[in-house]
Amino acid sequence: MARPVQPDLDPSSDAPNDGSAPDQLAAPAGVAVAEQGISAGASGGAAIQLPAPPRKKWRIFYYLAIAWLALIVFAAVFADVLPLRDPNFQVVRDRLAAPGEKGYILGTDDLGRDLLSRLAYGARVSLIISITAVLIGSIFGGALGLTAGFFRGWYERIVMSFVDVLLAFPALVLLLALVAFVGQSLRTISLVIGFLAIPSYSRVARATTLAVSQREYVMAARALGAKSSRILFKELLPNVALPVVAFGLVALGLVIVAEGGLAFLGLSVEFPTATWGSLIAQGKRSIRSAPHLALIPSLVMLLTVLSLNYVGDTLRSRFDVRESAL
Amino acid sequence: MLLRKLLTLVPTVLLVSFLTYVLVDLLPGDAATLLAGNDPRQETIDAIREELNLNDPLPVRYVKWLGDVATGDFGRSFRTNQPVLEAIGERLPITLQIGLMALLFAIILSIPLGVISAYRANTAIDKTITTVSFGLLAIPNFVMALVLLYVFAVRFRIFPAVGWTRITEDLGENIKRSILPALSLSIGQLAVYTRLLRTDMIATLQEDFVSMAKAKGLPTWRILFTHALRPSSFSLLTIVGLQVGGLIGGAVIVEQFFALPGIGRMLFEAISQRDLVLVQGVVLFIGLTTVLANFAVDLVYSVLDPRIRRGSTRAA
Repeated sequence: MARPVQPDLDPSSDAPNDGSAPDQLAAPAGVAVAEQGISAGASGGAAIQLPAPPRKKWRIFYYLAIAWLALIVFAAVFADVLPLRDPNFQVVRDRLAAPGEKGYILGTDDLGRDLLSRLAYGARVSLIISITAVLIGSIFGGALGLTAGFFRGWYERIVMSFVDVLLAFPALVLLLALVAFVGQSLRTISLVIGFLAIPSYSRVARATTLAVSQREYVMAARALGAKSSRILFKELLPNVALPVVAFGLVALGLVIVAEGGLAFLGLSVEFPTATWGSLIAQGKRSIRSAPHLALIPSLVMLLTVLSLNYVGDTLRSRFDVRESAL
Repeated sequence: MLLRKLLTLVPTVLLVSFLTYVLVDLLPGDAATLLAGNDPRQETIDAIREELNLNDPLPVRYVKWLGDVATGDFGRSFRTNQPVLEAIGERLPITLQIGLMALLFAIILSIPLGVISAYRANTAIDKTITTVSFGLLAIPNFVMALVLLYVFAVRFRIFPAVGWTRITEDLGENIKRSILPALSLSIGQLAVYTRLLRTDMIATLQEDFVSMAKAKGLPTWRILFTHALRPSSFSLLTIVGLQVGGLIGGAVIVEQFFALPGIGRMLFEAISQRDLVLVQGVVLFIGLTTVLANFAVDLVYSVLDPRIRRGSTRAA
């Protein structure tokens, strides 16, 4: 889950920008300024510190990441139509087939179920959980953060102190407690994860709102006598929404990982539904005889999270208010 | 100064304790009915309700509970009747050991990596380090645990796969069994720390005092590690403070994965057995630990940076 990070101090943000002295230790001035821009943006507004992906020359990775995500979405949406076997059908005599053996592209598990088909149906579960959770978190969290950053005062103080306290608990601990008591259906898991993500989005939205509120066009709108509601919805919302969406993309990956964690504790969606997490957890049982059962789903999860991080982070730096010049 | 900071801690601690209490209390499932177990007669349930003060209204129960907690009485586990604090005390050293080892791995590796990356900013070595740490961040700790388990316990049998030996029983065996769990926990942090240190260090390396040190002819390693490292470590420290909570969260999975009897596993078991008092105690303990860790980080700031100690945010 997201662990927002907002250092009280940002020693880099007001360091001198004129690194023009012929100092071998210092990076070239232009590079250094760019670096500071990234650091100021990341530590001020972003909720999690991701290393920024290398830019420009690496565009190819951006498109590869998008292609991979498209593939996963395609598999999840059309799992029923694609020529896949029933993910829960057990063929006892084909148990633990290696990848490529007996016509199973990725092999079978210890009950003789087709791994490829289970991965595709698992993608569906991961997608439903993560999209629902991100929607809940970004809508409620975004609204709280936006209003807190706009109205300030006691309202902001109350909202933010709740946010801080909720973030004081390790998210996984709360998640565990809630899911264990509330139940393990697809719906409750999505709702609980979404609920727990609200504070993180509030932080992102509030930080962005604070920055955007300083902009000339907001002041101009205010000077022209625009109503609060107009400033909120017409001036602030469109600008706050983009960073929140970019954070949401990264958060999709976090939710996928959270589901995996739950699966390892036996708390994900009930048996026999295939989820990526439960595939990895079940694969662990036969790691000695058939390591591919755990390693292939791990790789799929890893590539998906990596792609989401990469795309989300690229978009985030594009939308970051602080990075674009005033 | 210290006193004023301590006072700001009070409302946070109260809010944490209240949320813990309400959270666990409001969850569905009647504790008394669960406890009665095989004896579902109404009298038994009523007796248990009476004993646990479940008939009082929520605020009254909360205040009673808070009073008990403040005097060090976290209650007793429903299942084993062991005092909650005693149970925490038994399991905590294991989680602490794994967590500290993970932190140590992450810090020891990230400092040289971050410093090299900053010193050689935008060269091939920097790009490699940055890209690898970006990739490491996408690895969930259970996937890391799985890969480590496969490579080091199944393929090469260097470390045992699961289980635990107490440090008092056999030190060598204890270390052998703690390395894989600690590594699985440390990998994500390693990436975060490296990147943070790199960013802050690049900024520090442009400050005048670095040029000064350079002009004095100090060797590069001294400038990097004694002059520039300290002022570059604030963000790193903040994160380390925040990670204490993350470490405990991660411990739940990693302890379950490697079958270690730590506090994370205890919490998981308590939750699956609906042992409310134990869950409450452990969640409160974890919440308080996190709050205190962040507070400690705040204090360490002022030790590291004299400008904060003097009360001004930044010297001109």
